[in-house]
Amino acid sequence: MDVAVPRKDPAWERVQLARHAKRPHTLDYFQRLFTGFSEIHGDRFFGDDPAIVCGMGFFNGQPVMALGQEKGRDTKQKLHRNFGMPKPEGYRKSMRVMNLAAKFKRPIICLLDTPGAYPGLDAEERGQAEAIAISLREMARLPVPVISVIIGEGGSGGALAMGVANRVYMMENTVYSVISPESCAAIIWRDSGKAELAAAALRLTAPDLLELGLIDGIIAEPPGGAHNDFDLSATYLSDAIKKSLDGMSSWTAKQLVDQRYDKFRKMGNFFEEVG
Amino acid sequence: MSWWKRKDPSLSAPTADDKEKTVKTEGLWLKCDSCSEIIWKKDLDKSLNTCVKCGFHFRIDAPERLDLIFDDAKWDEHDKSLTSTDPLHFTDSKPYKERLAGMRKLTSRNDALIAASGLIHGRKTQVCAMDLRFVGGSMGSVVGEKITRAIERCLVDRSPLVVISASGGARMQEGAISLMQMAKISSALMKLDEAAIPYISVLTDPTTGGVTASFAMLGDLNIAEPGALIGFAGPRVIEQTIRQKLPPGFQRSEFLLTHGFLDAVVKRQDMKDYFSKSFDFFLGPVQ
Repeated sequence: MDVAVPRKDPAWERVQLARHAKRPHTLDYFQRLFTGFSEIHGDRFFGDDPAIVCGMGFFNGQPVMALGQEKGRDTKQKLHRNFGMPKPEGYRKSMRVMNLAAKFKRPIICLLDTPGAYPGLDAEERGQAEAIAISLREMARLPVPVISVIIGEGGSGGALAMGVANRVYMMENTVYSVISPESCAAIIWRDSGKAELAAAALRLTAPDLLELGLIDGIIAEPPGGAHNDFDLSATYLSDAIKKSLDGMSSWTAKQLVDQRYDKFRKMGNFFEEVG
Repeated sequence: MSWWKRKDPSLSAPTADDKEKTVKTEGLWLKCDSCSEIIWKKDLDKSLNTCVKCGFHFRIDAPERLDLIFDDAKWDEHDKSLTSTDPLHFTDSKPYKERLAGMRKLTSRNDALIAASGLIHGRKTQVCAMDLRFVGGSMGSVVGEKITRAIERCLVDRSPLVVISASGGARMQEGAISLMQMAKISSALMKLDEAAIPYISVLTDPTTGGVTASFAMLGDLNIAEPGALIGFAGPRVIEQTIRQKLPPGFQRSEFLLTHGFLDAVVKRQDMKDYFSKSFDFFLGPVQ
């Protein structure tokens, strides 16, 4: 007979897997998913944000626009990428690149992995909120297929700014939340050490979001988590993207915009008195 | 013994029962949070809750705002019965359900936003006003749905839209569902934009987080009351991130104006005229 082993809260386990130091990042997937990748830099206003990587590539021979938030692997890279926390110029770059894709009718694939948009002085000065808001509105208008996949941390508005998509998927061990468990715990209990409790309360795992009707599907990971086998993780991701792209290949621009709109329009839970 | 005992009871201090002896002063005078001027409540009412000396804008709640904006303070409320369902069964220091019930009692409102319509200098307008008293004016499903429906009403009869924000951001008690309201409202505003129906966003003290990062920054005109705190991250979070004190005036209306994120800073007294002037410009005079 099995002896019951006290387990950590499953939600918190997922948070830790989503943030795992050895987890594949956007660039790891780009290498495996796309051929002939050519990076596009800069927002044309202020600068180039290394926390978001965008570029042209070929997915199974099909030209696609690929975008993703990159956290960086070692300390030097992490600092360079600002730990995957984009600044306004990052979101303006991503929107510029998405509009470029729209102009030439290329599908858009976004990989989301960020603790959140950067909450710093310079980001505020340059309009972090405005940059995210514009992204949300403009993504709703895109006349091409958009697929967003949470590959690690889906940190609130910072992730959503690249997540208004026709298909939104989460990898098995990822989280997508309105606030980080630490910040949530700090607000509720004035103690960020209670993040484990907050993680459970927030319902931020992939099965939670699927159940709440906020995502379209979950992409499996290799046993133990994506960090155990980058290639296999990329294969699973690739299969899901391919299936999804094929499914939308015959859709018109109007169908794409309408489907995306209707999907988000339905999100929300409330009671209403009839009469 | 008589040295220490009061013989005459009439000299005793007034008790709570002696109503005519106590003068109730509470609420008659107020101290300005900004310049410390002592202001007579009636003067404050006359100046629409702005300081008579320094012009500081006190926070006001949603019904008061709507009264100020609409002709003869007359307006119809829409979607009043929408209430949150607590989809996560969220519990912190107390269950979210209880928190909501308490808030409903306190504010006699169902959620943090009133969707109203009425006339502004004769022009039919949809106005949504947020109420900071209700869970910090936070945006959950109900706020998201009410604004989206207001936008849909605008699309039907081409009436312009005003949203007056006062919010700490997305409501964490509704988790990712709150987050998705940002996408829902912003998508609806895309439709309003395509239909060329004007939308004025008014940011009041404070407007932060997911509210700023969605509909509050998407107006054809984004305006703010003087001195309002406006930002994505709150000042405390930024100070923790950069580990230094923020300069005075950081994230205030005037700061955003000089950094190019507001079209104008408009005093409460001038707000209504600003709306009607702008709508006249965009849509022509009222028929």
